[in-house]
Amino acid sequence: MHWIDYVNPHSVREATELLAEHGESARILAGGTDLLVLLRGGTMDNVNLVVDGKSIPELNEVTYDPQAGLTLGAAVPCYKIYNNQAVAHAYPGLIDTASLIGGTQIQGRATLGGNLCNAAPSGDSIPAMIALSGVANIAGPSGNRSVPVEDFCTAPRQTVLKRGEMLVSLHFPPPVPNSGARYLRFIPRNEMDIAVAGAGVSVVLDNGTIKSARVSLASVAPTPLFVKEAGEALVGMPATEESVRIASGLARDAARPITDMRGTIEYRKHLCEVLTRRALLTAIERAKEA
Amino acid sequence: MPGKTYVQATINGEHTDFLCEPRQSLLEVLRDVIGLTGTKEGCNDGNCGACTIILDGRIVTPCLVLAVEAEGKEMTTIEGIANGSTLHPIQQSFLENAALQCGICTPGFIVATKALLDENPNPTEYEIRFWLANNLCRCTGYDKIIRAVQDAATTMQEAKA
Repeated sequence: MHWIDYVNPHSVREATELLAEHGESARILAGGTDLLVLLRGGTMDNVNLVVDGKSIPELNEVTYDPQAGLTLGAAVPCYKIYNNQAVAHAYPGLIDTASLIGGTQIQGRATLGGNLCNAAPSGDSIPAMIALSGVANIAGPSGNRSVPVEDFCTAPRQTVLKRGEMLVSLHFPPPVPNSGARYLRFIPRNEMDIAVAGAGVSVVLDNGTIKSARVSLASVAPTPLFVKEAGEALVGMPATEESVRIASGLARDAARPITDMRGTIEYRKHLCEVLTRRALLTAIERAKEA
Repeated sequence: MPGKTYVQATINGEHTDFLCEPRQSLLEVLRDVIGLTGTKEGCNDGNCGACTIILDGRIVTPCLVLAVEAEGKEMTTIEGIANGSTLHPIQQSFLENAALQCGICTPGFIVATKALLDENPNPTEYEIRFWLANNLCRCTGYDKIIRAVQDAATTMQEAKA
């Protein structure tokens, strides 16, 4: 690896000042499971300053309140999410994704904040966070702002973050009664692979009728894809497989994948239909149990 | 170009300090600076698990940790598993079950198994396979490793009873 400097700031302000000063040549380090690979791989030769975010209190926050929802610091590793009983109980859709990114070792370091900032089209946690109406809390030299997760990634490995800005935390609204969520992905093996396609969904039920729903897809567009129309089509419909098939068809139609070594356009569009349907059916089951 | 960074950590129960460049991985420093070569380098990008260590209670791949991040941390490497010249029951079980051939992956498997059994003393086969999914072995076909973990769990449970 080329020479880098390392700094370990203890406040958001210190970190954003460093990021503002160094611009493109600085990167925030959380779990490092993407960043260190990229730094070593020669694709980030312009980066010469690593700013460790793990000593900043706000980036380590895990606060759940049934009224206020969940605030998840950008540097909280996956295992701290699924080992937190209250969070696991309230947000099973988030646990689906936190427990399938990489293997045990990767989950000991990898973070959902990092997964979002890495902005890979295949980022497993991003559709799950979109389905749960997640919001990214950003700090920067000119103050704080919040961006819905579905608007955060702008192109492969590109985000809305401007010079000097950093992701501080993710916020999820409290789960409403009779709601459920699910993330499902397809990979050719049981674990440790990149999604050929993925679907993150959430539903809210009202006496057997779908009150609202959200659908989002991974690996089938330049960014994780929020398929607003698929969720909206379910509003007011009975919570049945027939209704779900309408939404999963819309998800298939919205996908605009490429053909690459992991799958063809046709295969991926088919997977979007299947994964969305199965994820919605599980989300409905979870909503009935909630 | 700035110089090296001074880092203090606890490795296998002993206070340790070292000098490293900020770009050096913890794996590189464990092996080449501290001389703990029991931790193996495989892929160097987090896929194979050969370098698995326990860092503040969780298994990680130190190829994806900067050595400077180890400041103030506690870690256990394969060298910290046996008790002097007495093998840990997990190590004994890997031997008895012939759960290795070339041996490169073995330190990583043993450290990962130690962390698993510390957290879940009686795991199912399914739990063992998923916990160890980040550890690759190209020799054994895994079944002997799974049996070794199951046997070690039984031995350790019996020793406690």
